[in-house]
Amino acid sequence: MAKITYREAVRAGLREALQNNPRVFLMGEDVGKYGGTYACSKGLLDEFGPERIRDTPLSESTFVGAGIGAALGGMRPIVEVMTVNFSLLALDQIVNNAATIRHMSGGQFSIPLIVRMATGAGRQVAAQHSHSLEGWYAHIPGITVLAPATVTDARGMLLAALQEPDPVFIFEHAYLYPLEGELDESGLPVDLTLAAIRRAGTDISLITFGGSLWKALEAADQLAHEGISAEVVDLRILRPLDISTVLTSVRKTHRAVVIDEGWRTGSFAAEVSAQIMEGAFYDLDGPVGRVCSVEVPIPYPKHLEDAALPQPEKILQAVHSLMGR
Amino acid sequence: MTHVVGRDHGLELLRQMLRIRRFEEKCAELYSGGKIRGFLHLYIGEEAVAVGAIPCFTSEDAIVGTYREHGHAIIRGTPMGPLMAELYGKANGCARGRGGSMHFFDAARRFYGGLAIVGGGLPVAVGLALADHMQQRRRVTACIFGDGAVAEGEFHESLNLAALWKLPVLFLCENNLYAMGTALGRHQSQTDIARKADAYAIPAEAVNGMDVLAVESATRKAVDFVRAGHGPYLLEYRTYRFRAHSMYDAELYRTKDEVAQWKQRDPIALFQQQLRDEGFFTDADLDNMETAIATEIAEAVSCAEMGPWEPLEDLTKDVYTPAKPAG
Amino acid sequence: MAEFVMPTLGSDMTEGTLVEWKKKVGDRVVKGEIFAEVDTEKAAIEIESFHTGVVEQLLTKPGERVPVGRVMAIIREEGTQAPPTIQAAASPLPLQRISPKAPVSSLHPAPPQIAAPDTEPGRRRISPAARKLAGELGMDPAFVQGTGPGGAITLEDIQRNAQTRRQQPSTPPAFAGETGDRQTKMRQTIAAAMARSKREIPHYYLSTTIDLGRAMTWLQEENLTRPVADRLLYGVLLIKAVALALRQVPELNALWKENTAVQSPGIHVGVAISLRQGGLIAPAIHDTDKQSLGELMSRFQDIVKRARTGTLRSSELSDPTITVTSLGEQGVETVFGVIYPPQVALIGFGKVVERPWVIGKQVVSRPVVTASLSADHRATDGHRGGVFLSAVDRLLQEPGQL
Repeated sequence: MAKITYREAVRAGLREALQNNPRVFLMGEDVGKYGGTYACSKGLLDEFGPERIRDTPLSESTFVGAGIGAALGGMRPIVEVMTVNFSLLALDQIVNNAATIRHMSGGQFSIPLIVRMATGAGRQVAAQHSHSLEGWYAHIPGITVLAPATVTDARGMLLAALQEPDPVFIFEHAYLYPLEGELDESGLPVDLTLAAIRRAGTDISLITFGGSLWKALEAADQLAHEGISAEVVDLRILRPLDISTVLTSVRKTHRAVVIDEGWRTGSFAAEVSAQIMEGAFYDLDGPVGRVCSVEVPIPYPKHLEDAALPQPEKILQAVHSLMGR
Repeated sequence: MTHVVGRDHGLELLRQMLRIRRFEEKCAELYSGGKIRGFLHLYIGEEAVAVGAIPCFTSEDAIVGTYREHGHAIIRGTPMGPLMAELYGKANGCARGRGGSMHFFDAARRFYGGLAIVGGGLPVAVGLALADHMQQRRRVTACIFGDGAVAEGEFHESLNLAALWKLPVLFLCENNLYAMGTALGRHQSQTDIARKADAYAIPAEAVNGMDVLAVESATRKAVDFVRAGHGPYLLEYRTYRFRAHSMYDAELYRTKDEVAQWKQRDPIALFQQQLRDEGFFTDADLDNMETAIATEIAEAVSCAEMGPWEPLEDLTKDVYTPAKPAG
Repeated sequence: MAEFVMPTLGSDMTEGTLVEWKKKVGDRVVKGEIFAEVDTEKAAIEIESFHTGVVEQLLTKPGERVPVGRVMAIIREEGTQAPPTIQAAASPLPLQRISPKAPVSSLHPAPPQIAAPDTEPGRRRISPAARKLAGELGMDPAFVQGTGPGGAITLEDIQRNAQTRRQQPSTPPAFAGETGDRQTKMRQTIAAAMARSKREIPHYYLSTTIDLGRAMTWLQEENLTRPVADRLLYGVLLIKAVALALRQVPELNALWKENTAVQSPGIHVGVAISLRQGGLIAPAIHDTDKQSLGELMSRFQDIVKRARTGTLRSSELSDPTITVTSLGEQGVETVFGVIYPPQVALIGFGKVVERPWVIGKQVVSRPVVTASLSADHRATDGHRGGVFLSAVDRLLQEPGQL
């Protein structure tokens, strides 16, 4: 298996998509000449030309809306909204058009659109550039919400998303781009229905996704030293959620902590927790724990930012408190 | 080229431009050393705009800035110490260190950020002007944004509303020719930004943003117009940033020749030469000026170095206004 | 002397590769001048010097990967018009992965808010899983020492307690024990339950014949749209119809406890499965009414498989709120079942057969099945039983809604 960075995996996925289907094109802010803010599209302009690698003005609502229109018109657009922070300017197009048109038209029109964006905090870029709002998006029926956390998913989910007839939103945690991992090419394109067990365990289920996966795995390592066997579940797909993998894990371990970088109130972790309560209440040996962000706009200084976000130590604390240790 | 009005005023303009430049050069150094983190967007090359424009507003007026706002805050009068401390993320920063480079705030000077989502400041500025208008205050709101913001719907919606309601807001577009890495001609069908104001019946003017005197006289005129109650006005300052968009930017989108050519129009070098030509300026003046600025910056760094970190207990302080004490 | 270090250009940069030096040893470099080109993962970037002086040493060779903060070159500084020296500003900047020294007390983040829920005074704190296991084992948790947070009784506490109990002589629980006498034990258990049923429960019986024409046609069409592995058997339609009908007649979905029928909050249909080695077991499909037909099918297959391999969960054995039995495969036409206490009803289905059926004024051939109800007269009367059977019939006429 080849070792590549997450950023390279995204780029490889984009290149493959562009090579395989002439109707695929990429558009977004600085995806062309600049090479993408996170360098995910570096080199693609030279390879595929400006017709298919389109730099857009800073007009999020319009270029996301244009992606919807182009998809309706027979193209296979991949829209990069630089970050989830800027996607807020495109919410109307996403919520009112992308998510509704298929159903509202009685199934006459579908929107085979992919929207990619960076998400998450942890890089000291302060309150307006540190949002983790994929949980919001997962609230909306009509779209699929993906949160690749590994290099294989970064590449494979993009390819799998291209086979979906409806809008797919891919949230790439900005902290993951430089991380290296093994690319498992045998599994490509990846399946888009199942959560993944990233580490098997018997005593407690740590349920998470995206950038928090690595924190959960780190915590699981630490717990192993203490003799606590933690199972780490990577949700991968926030909508539609594969709750049965979660319930199977919880029925085995009887304990669960959900880790989510979103703010605690109304977080995606709240949804997962509720579904565990509904589906496995009588298998629980304690309340479902949550490690979420503190309810504060994400501050700039590192010590405050670290304190605001889920961290391996907070996961340990949650596990300890749940297990009465 | 406009003539300098008096030696003192000329030297002051030069000094202010140098303050911004030296401050920001220090920022770049501190960033490379890991003292300043996150995003850092430098204003180097564009100093004539802030120095020419900001002093045209009274202390009663409001300023709404962007993520490239160091220069504006310095000229508005916030001392460098709290600004540098803010860049460090220290609790003695102008925003308790919570915002860093992109989010300077200073209520005493009616400096409303530091708003870092492109286009996001325009509607806010319109609202500040609305408040002044409704309370019959003869204040002006300075609304600063870049050429990239012109592509956002909020630009168009804000111009329309401000004109429709005849609000006292002065739109100041710092056109540095790039929306991050996308050249003006690659993101605007009509590259003459001043002409866009026509569509909303707002008077507008394009100004040489590398000439501090031109900026100053155009801005003064525009502020007078707005303050007189004639409604909004738009100025397009044509300028250029010499440095990358942010620190992590290989500048693949422009040539070194282009940057070098613009550096021939360095507002500081040109103005310095003009002062010399008019006999207002000597090497000794420059040395004195540089020494004083270096001291000011060293003190600001020291202020930042020695400033305290905000305690973790205060993490959630000011998410909401604290409840009034009982009784 | 000043150090030139691998700069950090963003929080996501951890290292860079030196592409080339723009100066050699002995060259003069001016503050702000480009000194090196560094390739980062994102792009090659030119790096300026922040010092003016003569290059004294170049410590890194082109092509080398260097972590952020490492010294790459030494510059001998010239006497510049330095500002009054302030230590922090003038000394070379050591790279600092910022870990601010906050007051010690504040270094520990607030504990996560997994507040142990408040418990009413007098009420034992016990986890749902522990409570359930205790119930299954017939153990009174009041006598169990809780070791969980806040003294809560955990699953482990119950298990430990059960272990201790097992070591003491006691009656073996049903279905436990060695495989050898397993069958005997099962027979004994059935014997006890059925004898008790016939002794205590005043049964009444009702039956009705239901036209399955629509259901069978719908099923055929539905199965065409499904992968072979996911095809439905008509039996799941019957189970689902029973579960939904119970919503309308909840009195039948009840357990007889202490001289009164207690309606169950959930509908967990027990499905009678005869075992190859003889004997019978009727494990629950939990929340039967909430499962789609596809889910029911897979649950059903799973439960049959596990019943036959002896890997049922204890909850599946303890939770049924009613039993469905189908003896159609054996050619039986009508079932007269014995209720499994403490349940209060049992539904039986016979064989599906083609029979003449009158629709309008015409006699046609239709597939029909006889559904029978055995019910506990203490809990319900024949009238409610009749309502229930007709609800089952009606539901089976709208198979698409199941």
